[in-house]
Amino acid sequence: MNEETAINVRNLVVGFGDTTVLDHVSVAVKRGEIFGFVGGSGSGKSVLLRTIIGLIPARSGTVEVLGTDLSRADEEARRATERRWGILFQQGALFSSLSVLQNVQFPMREYLNLSKRLMREMAEAKLDMVGLKPEDWHKLPSELSGGMTKRVALARALALDPELVFLDEPTSGLDPISAGEFDELIRTLQRTLELTVFMITHDLESLHTVCDRIGVLADGKVVVSGPISVMLASEHPWVKAYFRGKRADVLARRLAQPAT
Amino acid sequence: MSAKPSLRATAGDPAPQFAAAGAWTAVHASDLEALIDGVAAEPVAGTASIDMGKVEAFDTYGAWLLERLIRERKARGGETAIVALPEHYRDLVMSMHDAIREQPVPAARANAIIDAVEKVGRATVGAGHDLLAIANMLGAIGAATARVLASPRTFRLTSAVHHLDRVGLQAVPIILLITFLIGGIIAQQGFFHFRKFGAETYVVDMLGILILREIGVLIVSIMVAGRSGSSYTAELGSMKMREEIDALRTMGLDPIAVLVLPRVLALILALTMLTFLGAMSALFGGGLVAWLYGGMSPDIFVARLKEAISITHFKVGMIKAPFMALVIGVVACAQGFAVKGSAESLGLQTTASVVKAIFLVIVLDGLFAVFFASIDM
Repeated sequence: MNEETAINVRNLVVGFGDTTVLDHVSVAVKRGEIFGFVGGSGSGKSVLLRTIIGLIPARSGTVEVLGTDLSRADEEARRATERRWGILFQQGALFSSLSVLQNVQFPMREYLNLSKRLMREMAEAKLDMVGLKPEDWHKLPSELSGGMTKRVALARALALDPELVFLDEPTSGLDPISAGEFDELIRTLQRTLELTVFMITHDLESLHTVCDRIGVLADGKVVVSGPISVMLASEHPWVKAYFRGKRADVLARRLAQPAT
Repeated sequence: MSAKPSLRATAGDPAPQFAAAGAWTAVHASDLEALIDGVAAEPVAGTASIDMGKVEAFDTYGAWLLERLIRERKARGGETAIVALPEHYRDLVMSMHDAIREQPVPAARANAIIDAVEKVGRATVGAGHDLLAIANMLGAIGAATARVLASPRTFRLTSAVHHLDRVGLQAVPIILLITFLIGGIIAQQGFFHFRKFGAETYVVDMLGILILREIGVLIVSIMVAGRSGSSYTAELGSMKMREEIDALRTMGLDPIAVLVLPRVLALILALTMLTFLGAMSALFGGGLVAWLYGGMSPDIFVARLKEAISITHFKVGMIKAPFMALVIGVVACAQGFAVKGSAESLGLQTTASVVKAIFLVIVLDGLFAVFFASIDM
């Protein structure tokens, strides 16, 4: 058991039919860091995420999460590990027939033996932490805006106090202000709750401001991984185009002189 | 696993002191809550202190319960100090310190009678709205038909043929089977009971008139409402959920003309044909039972049938079929368009579509009975 590594993926191969999406991918995420994962649309980022959390079977390779080898673990060990992570799906994936509060309480109800009062208070505390106002606690998911949906989904992902959180494009579909606030929220929560965060994102600003390390997926492989400085120095054509393209330039200049 | 949480009193005088230990985490939350409530219930005297130095694990659950203890003591006039809190837990305690300061305004609980009255009122208004929605859909279909008649090239023929295949051709086997069985059952019951009066020959009269006028079209309509009406509602509803209908509208296309008209037209044609097939299959089933169970040879059965029924009975059944189809189609499409964002709403509307369509089919059948009786058909 390795205490330092939260996720350790080695030589993972995943494919559908004749196509191979991930070709011997290896990624290691340390405990307590925010690891950003980028790649072009259709490069297999979501496939990697879904393979790690066990929604897609791997052809070969090992996935080790929080010290448990999920490719070899039995049902019970899997369940135990699943309780220790939380997932924020891209579209929120809130249960549409449950209210916001009930959505957050759902994992607590299933996994913990809590009194009604404590369950209500904890769900309220979590919603408070992600910045959702009390008047929205009893709404249904269909009545929420995109940003609020993401916040509720994050609160649900954090319901059981996980050690590891997977975020699938947490800021996509949000306006830049909300996206910035959401990044800030992830940062704060990560620090407060000492989380490990594995985040798939397209948002250059998130990569610059919140991620400790970044992995780049291209052609079915992780081509570069390291902090943002490594990304900026990389000569891989896709990485270069992504981090030093026109849009990235504007952002880099703005971040370099924040006081203007 | 980690040790159970504990909270022991180490000194009581002059100020209470407590020592916390073990894992203050989600897994032990219910034990911890009992401990906390026990301490909170003790009489408040001066500033209590809680030594957190021996706590092995700590998460939001532990932090919240600690905060709850502090708040409950404070509400009764006691202060609480936390001592020796490990540095890396400080943020957690602070974040819980700020949590749920604002309580949501609890929804006022109305009394049961008012609730019941409100429900009845809402249901009545809802029924009115449904009727309006159906009338609206009927009008929209009428308008779209008029537009298509003015410029026939805008009619979606491919779509209509596709739906005709789905609701018509593909429904043939199940409709034939069901009506065959129903015809057989009616014949068997007829022979069984009419035999007591020696009126076996009249079974054929009953069978012919009942099937051609009522049973054929009713059974087929109910089957189609369950089979095709529900699928129309679900299709249109999920298109509504994914904004496909809004997309059509913004491209300058009329969703009624594009989606509803071909479906309803296909349903009208299909139901009329299925009614014919169903009636024939039911008569066949009845004839077979008459032969095997009632001992009436096919020749006699056909001869009796010729005498018993006229073309009028057949017409009555067939005239009703397209109207039944229109009702099913209109209700299904109106319910489909009424779907809102959630998956639950889709399920509700699909159920409502089938229930309302079957109800209206039967009501319409009653109205037709009155109408045909008054014109002597």
